[in-house]
Amino acid sequence: MDHTVVVRDMSMTFGGQRALDRVSMSIRRGEVHGLVGQNGCGKSTLIKILAGYHHPDPGGELEIDGRPIKLPVRTGSASELGLSFVHQDLGLLPSLTVVENFRAWTISTKSEWLIRWSRERERTEKAFARFGLHLDPRAKVADLPAVQRALLAIVRALDDLSEYTKDDDSRGGLLVLDEPTVFLPRTDRDRLFEVVRRSVAHGASVLFVSHDLDEALAVTDRITVLRDGRVAGTVVSAETEKDQLVEMIIGKRLEAFEAAHKAHSVADSGHVTVDRVRGGSIDDVSFALDEGEVLGLTGLVGSGFEEIPYLLFGAEPAAGGRVTISGHEYELAQMTPSGAIKAGMALIPADRQGAAGVGSLSVRDNVMLQVIDDYRPYRLDRRRYLRAAREALHQYDVRPPEPTMDFQALSGGNQQKVVLAKWLQAAPKVLLVHEPTQGVDVGARLQVFQTVTQAAAEGMSVVCASSDYEQLAAICDRVLVFAGGEIMCTLVGDDITKDRITEQCYMSARTLKPDKDLRMHA
Amino acid sequence: MNQSSPGAPGELLPPSAGEPQRQRKGFALGDYVERLALVIAWLVVIVVFSVLAPDTFFNVRNFTTMFGTQTTLVILALALLIPLTAGDYDISVAATLTFSGMVVAVLNAQHGVPIGVAIAVAIAAGALIGFINGFFIIYFEIDAFIVTLGTGTIILGLTLWISASQTISGVSDWLSSWVVVHRIFGISYEFYYGLLLCVLLWYVFDYTAIGRRILFVGRGTNVARLSGIRVGRVRWGCFIAAGVIAAAAGVLYTGTAGASDPTSGQTFLLPAFAAAFLGSTAITPGRFNPWGTFIAVYFLVTGITGLAILGVQTWVQNVFYGGALVVALSASQIVKKRRERAARL
Repeated sequence: MDHTVVVRDMSMTFGGQRALDRVSMSIRRGEVHGLVGQNGCGKSTLIKILAGYHHPDPGGELEIDGRPIKLPVRTGSASELGLSFVHQDLGLLPSLTVVENFRAWTISTKSEWLIRWSRERERTEKAFARFGLHLDPRAKVADLPAVQRALLAIVRALDDLSEYTKDDDSRGGLLVLDEPTVFLPRTDRDRLFEVVRRSVAHGASVLFVSHDLDEALAVTDRITVLRDGRVAGTVVSAETEKDQLVEMIIGKRLEAFEAAHKAHSVADSGHVTVDRVRGGSIDDVSFALDEGEVLGLTGLVGSGFEEIPYLLFGAEPAAGGRVTISGHEYELAQMTPSGAIKAGMALIPADRQGAAGVGSLSVRDNVMLQVIDDYRPYRLDRRRYLRAAREALHQYDVRPPEPTMDFQALSGGNQQKVVLAKWLQAAPKVLLVHEPTQGVDVGARLQVFQTVTQAAAEGMSVVCASSDYEQLAAICDRVLVFAGGEIMCTLVGDDITKDRITEQCYMSARTLKPDKDLRMHA
Repeated sequence: MNQSSPGAPGELLPPSAGEPQRQRKGFALGDYVERLALVIAWLVVIVVFSVLAPDTFFNVRNFTTMFGTQTTLVILALALLIPLTAGDYDISVAATLTFSGMVVAVLNAQHGVPIGVAIAVAIAAGALIGFINGFFIIYFEIDAFIVTLGTGTIILGLTLWISASQTISGVSDWLSSWVVVHRIFGISYEFYYGLLLCVLLWYVFDYTAIGRRILFVGRGTNVARLSGIRVGRVRWGCFIAAGVIAAAAGVLYTGTAGASDPTSGQTFLLPAFAAAFLGSTAITPGRFNPWGTFIAVYFLVTGITGLAILGVQTWVQNVFYGGALVVALSASQIVKKRRERAARL
């Protein structure tokens, strides 16, 4: 069998943790090969090894077009070796033109005195024609619709490959597509797959990484499933059903899911009701939550669940919708963070250093910011202020409990405790959190869970947006699974397990409505 | 992760939570040296010049002159400090100073407006300039550096227009008497105005909630916004405050000479920046602060006065101020990097 890429016994260890465990797989010549699996299954590790970003453990082997490749892959040599990558962010510079983006790599590395733009344009147009892409080389990338940008990135990657030839002078190489379709509407994806198929016809192979199983089944020839760093199996796409794939991803068969609890269609009861939020990729989402309830929001990448906390808090502009807290109604289109705080909300964003706390200021200033007005704003009693800060640090077990330290000097877990202390001191009615334990060590993670559940036990309503299914299972009373900006199903009671959440995320992953215009995630 | 035994948070507490404070004592000396480095450097400069020029440099008269004549710069640097703390450059402050000084002179000396009213108009003009700066910067979201470069140039043009490019003298003696003539401990009143403003700003920055908020806006706009601080209003307010204080500096500048010329105020711009940045390496290292700025002004002036007494020509002023700005920036960058590195360890 003619193979483009063969991986044998590839392992990768991070600080004692095996991210990849003797992974072997092969991609045939002219094949579109899918790679799927949960977050943390080793997909991105494998791709980063191919890109030369990670140094794998000794013992692994990599072969491209029959040639053994020395590991680790030398960074920057990818296109020489016959590898080309398109990542989720596409790697385009929006303020430049199509031709500037298309030829950026070649132009900036060739040692030529003069750039002949007419020739570059011609070359670009020729490449576009080969893949059936109609784009004005002079257009600015920022003005292109999302799908055109994705296509541009893919054709650019294919063009890089076209300079690579195998030993026998025939075309080859591997194009790695690392979820470039996440933010595209479905109709547009078909055009993208068209380009992918053409590239295969030109002799290249494609490794297609996706969370969207429908899409993977539709576009690939075979699919390899990774689970916990190992190959769970390779299947032929045409002979495989989606639920079989989900089973391979989770590692066991779950009892059939009774979709009895369809999402509360109208938010009518409860302490907090959210009514028809729109904005970003969220379309008409409503839900309610009770006092003391911890509500999880989840879904796959691109499902939009993580935008909800920011839309409710006014941190991202909402196009419409209402939120009601203890009988007071607020229009989300007019919501601002300061208004949200007055309404009784608190937001703990995922970006701890960029949005939650200021690294170069002291822990005291960070932890006291929300309650500073309780300390006579025109004559801060510094001793009392410092004492209160120290008490808060002790209460939330921040280590070291030293208020004068810089916030940035704390570990991730302790920073998160400071941020929790900052907001919980102000006693909000609704606590919105996004990925609260990202970059937090195991011990602190448990404390964050306790703090959140404790806050709920005292009557706070908590909304936790997270793609960490284990965490959701640990703290949530109810979990809403999102896809395409909508709630697809609600999990309660015994169904809130890591495996069930994973299953439902994959099963409900539906692509966006074709007519929907999506903002491009930067 | 072991989920079956969550345990109470108390279990994870260290036996003695008071320890870290004691550990920090070892670093305290280094901290103090860093805080007082500028003061020490100032004293060293004084000692050096006193040795080199014992008669001309090291005498009371020279010192009272040095202290008494730099208030315009002190106040302008303090004006600059406010937007800098909020994370914005305001390079129109020197033009505001020039303009306000000229407004006082034109109204009082040429049009016979009572000096009190003339001062009030000049201060109001400063507030208006700050308001306009803020309008373009906040409302249109334009970079503050560019906006204030533009408005500063406009203001200089207006200054030339209202003065017909002439130096205007004959300003009421009353102003001069309250600025330079009256003295306490042999030092002109104006020195104490600078001192008072310094105390005021120190109080605002360190002891009020608004001071904390300004700091948060400057260090982490997004954090401030998500913490409910109205970032735009805070920044706008800082520009207005800077305009008012810069205008006050202009009033004093006219009072110092009893006259106003339409261009020399601009020469204060670079020294003001140098003092603000140099000051940010002292007292509270890594943060723009009033006392550091205050000391920095006198450190710079001492150096320049000493060199002048030794007979070095006036071009050295430029070299000295420019050099101080670059050195101060490098020093504050080193401080910042070191703190970040310490944080990573």
